[in-house]
Amino acid sequence: MNPLANRQAQDTLTGLGQITLLARDAFASLCRLRVTWRDVLFQMYFIGVKSQLVVLVTGAFTGMVLGAQTYFQFHKVKMDTASLAVVGVSMCSELGPVLTALMVAGRVGGAMAAEIGTMRVTEQIDALRTLATHPVDYLVVPRLVAAHIVLPLLTVEAVVVGIGAGYLVGVYLLGIDATYLWYNMLRYTHDVDLVIGLIKAFIFGGIIALVGCHKGMTCGLGAQGVGRATMEAVVYASISILITNFFLTLVMGKLVGQL
Amino acid sequence: MIEVRQLHKGFGAQEVLDGISFRIESGESVAIIGRSGCGKSVLLKHLIGLLQPDSGDVLIDGETIVRMNERQLLWVRRKFGMVFQSAALFDSMTVAENVAFGLRRHEHLTEAEIARRVAETLDLVDLPGTENKNSAELSGGMRKRVGLARAIIYEPQIVLYDEPTTGLDPIVSDSIDQLILRVRDQLKVTTVVVTHDMRTARRAGQRVLMLHNRKIYATGTADEIFASRDAVVRQFIDGVADAKEN
Repeated sequence: MNPLANRQAQDTLTGLGQITLLARDAFASLCRLRVTWRDVLFQMYFIGVKSQLVVLVTGAFTGMVLGAQTYFQFHKVKMDTASLAVVGVSMCSELGPVLTALMVAGRVGGAMAAEIGTMRVTEQIDALRTLATHPVDYLVVPRLVAAHIVLPLLTVEAVVVGIGAGYLVGVYLLGIDATYLWYNMLRYTHDVDLVIGLIKAFIFGGIIALVGCHKGMTCGLGAQGVGRATMEAVVYASISILITNFFLTLVMGKLVGQL
Repeated sequence: MIEVRQLHKGFGAQEVLDGISFRIESGESVAIIGRSGCGKSVLLKHLIGLLQPDSGDVLIDGETIVRMNERQLLWVRRKFGMVFQSAALFDSMTVAENVAFGLRRHEHLTEAEIARRVAETLDLVDLPGTENKNSAELSGGMRKRVGLARAIIYEPQIVLYDEPTTGLDPIVSDSIDQLILRVRDQLKVTTVVVTHDMRTARRAGQRVLMLHNRKIYATGTADEIFASRDAVVRQFIDGVADAKEN
């Protein structure tokens, strides 16, 4: 293996190890109830309320595009009224959680890395430590708990908006029969699809918070270090979400198939 | 009591501290002087466990902190207050929130009690009535005072100052020096000041340690150090550049 690839593999494995240790520390802190719930609420506001626009736009336009494309194909085989069922299943188990997580990773993961990274380069994290406060308790745990709670809620919102937007496009733009369109969506979209989506969203929330916090806490010095950490937080969180989604789909598909 | 034994620290190939040993008694006031980049701040950060040495030992009240993990260190750090060179105020908080941070995290006090303690401490550092100011609105001298108020509000036994007067004009520097002495005398704290400001070192340090070439080069009372005839000490105190640096 050439030295550059060797170095990159080493850096990747080191990063994964550090994130695992950070997750362990955060879990231990949570078990000791060192969480300040006021900080969790503030982070829920920052992650949830402030992400409304991106989540609504993403959910709505994904539902509309998926509804229209499905209709164009299904119309050829006279299955127009099944279009919304495809939107429902896709939004619940795949597109809802994945696209919501990707959008939140871009908006929130980068902001977490930038905020914590700036605190690191201006010695504010050292100041926390001198004030007998563990940075994981104060900076990581509230963000992690908030992201775990908020991502499933945002996903439900994106799913509802996506199905609603797909319905409106199907009924008012493409002229599909409203009753059968809705009936087929309810018939083929099962509770388990939504549960799969919520489990994925819960896990993606943890990935976004852990990667963002880790990149911030280990960022290099100066403006360049903070900029690099911000960029890496978004890129690594997004890639991790896509890869994790594949394995979660396989595992949960297998479990659901066996039920 | 702070004791440092044979402390060695390097970053990569660069050795910064080479076998540093000294002892600071409770209630004593010590200034650590030396040229910029000689490792003064690195040494100070070892005293509170922000950095871990490559070898050697740091003892606080007879207890070694070198092999402690971050959670164990949190208990030791309750004995300390630290004022950073950049003040390191939490920029998303007001002055009152910055100063009250330690109290809110570690003591169960009512809001009224916290407000009273914050007002008292701000009064001590000559910043009464600034509770609601944002830390971004403060001047350099005010930031240092707020940093000091934050460090002393929970009445630590030891206060560490990292370059407390760097970047301040002589008049503000003088007021910070007076504040260091006032805090030392009123709160009876052990004081360690890292500085290359000779006036601060002379006024704040009952004893002075000089770092040079990665080692403790000279130690003595402030009067002894400032009267020293040693060429290296004299050059630093008089602020004379090396010929090759001209």
